Amino acid sequence: MEKSKHPTIAVLALQGAFVEHEKMLRSIGIDSFEVRQLADWQRPKDGLIIPGGESTVQLKLLRDLRLLEPIREAIESGLPVFGTCAGLILLAKSVEGEDFDRLSTMDIDVRRNAYGRQLGSFSTEADFRGIGRVPMTFIRAPYINKVYGRAESLATVDGHIVAARQHNQLVTAFHPELNGDTRIHEFFAGIATNWANGHR
Amino acid sequence: MENRQELNRNLAQMLKGGVIMDVTTPEQAKVAEEAGACAVMALERIPADIRAAGGVARMSDPKMIKGIQQAVSIPVMAKCRIGHIAEAQILEAIEIDYIDESEVLSPADNVYHIDKTKFKVPFVCGAKNLSEALRRIAEGASMIRTKGEPGTGDVVQAVQHMRIMQSEIRRLANLAEDELYEAAKQLQAPYNLVKYVHDNGKLPVVNFAAGGVATPADAALMMQLGAEGVFVGSGIFKSGNPAKRAAAIVQAVTNYNDPKKLAELSEDLGPAMVGINEEEIKVLMAERGK
Repeated sequence: MEKSKHPTIAVLALQGAFVEHEKMLRSIGIDSFEVRQLADWQRPKDGLIIPGGESTVQLKLLRDLRLLEPIREAIESGLPVFGTCAGLILLAKSVEGEDFDRLSTMDIDVRRNAYGRQLGSFSTEADFRGIGRVPMTFIRAPYINKVYGRAESLATVDGHIVAARQHNQLVTAFHPELNGDTRIHEFFAGIATNWANGHR
Repeated sequence: MENRQELNRNLAQMLKGGVIMDVTTPEQAKVAEEAGACAVMALERIPADIRAAGGVARMSDPKMIKGIQQAVSIPVMAKCRIGHIAEAQILEAIEIDYIDESEVLSPADNVYHIDKTKFKVPFVCGAKNLSEALRRIAEGASMIRTKGEPGTGDVVQAVQHMRIMQSEIRRLANLAEDELYEAAKQLQAPYNLVKYVHDNGKLPVVNFAAGGVATPADAALMMQLGAEGVFVGSGIFKSGNPAKRAAAIVQAVTNYNDPKKLAELSEDLGPAMVGINEEEIKVLMAERGK
């Protein structure tokens, strides 16, 4: 049997906590590289991570650096993507109270700053479908008002959806890159490995 | 599981690779947000004007800060005076996202900084060397910035502070373990923090550049020297074209290692803030709070 190919993950490094994702990937033996402009994006890759940070800043830079359209097209053609916090907001088709396009590839409706200001930030543990109980850190986090279409919920906290998947798109409102627990990154690496080996 | 200090350090991690801009009105806050600021610092007067006006500089009017909180969706920071516990409590009461215990305002206490571990909201503090940085972290600061020399448009002090800090971190990282006790004594900082820096080759919190950054090139310089993000105070709204300059600085922080890109970004920005040289100023703010 042919040896399965290891995926290479692009990490969007425009602003935010991208280094933390790179460290997580390194710790599970996955290669990654940073995307700061179009030339970086054109490198071969089997998945993309959109990190936490400020979604307004990342969106502005995606536009200014002409990355928005190429990244959206890649996701629409099936490239695995994992968005945390700001990344979740960028992938949502709709954001409460705002009517402009982001990457907007996922059938979820999102509330930004859903837990209020920094005083509302918190950490907890909850079940993540297929993985079990995982630590979850929420920093000025959004949550998902509803999933529809082809998106499905993977985790809830206090009745609100905080993780979802739609085929090769994975999002969490919390920050798995801030804890030592690598299981969610391994889960995404699994999706990317399938893609890298031609299972589309 | 609740660990406020960890959550507060985490928020600073989310600001990395970003630009935090001083704003004095909701309109300026919107300009900053649209230009790509990752947070804004709400204050009545920017440092250059504080310098020009002289007199005692205090915390801003909470009403003015609230107006800015309502205008933008990004985190809002505000400054209190060094050692002014009550100003910090007031800022916490209006749910500010980050308090800057800042040498830009007139110090309220010549000896003690605020015990920041007593607060739920996070604090950022200025430091001009590793010794100051570790003392502020011991007091509970969850983010550090260089002091620079605020309100001057002169980057020389920020560069010096970042250089000193990075060089001291490298020195600590290379010490033998049994030399760390003496290093802690010399640094006048707690042993556990000295040990952390030795083991990890970095501060336990995020470290930004601040004080005198006025151009995209200044911002890129600070990033190349090891800053994890940049505060821009007077540099934006004291310049000819704030929106354009702000957006250019945001891009310069992301692509700080690409001179071609920096050249494009530096074109046609209109006049930078006039600025004053370090030796022309009377008050050295960086000497406040050690």
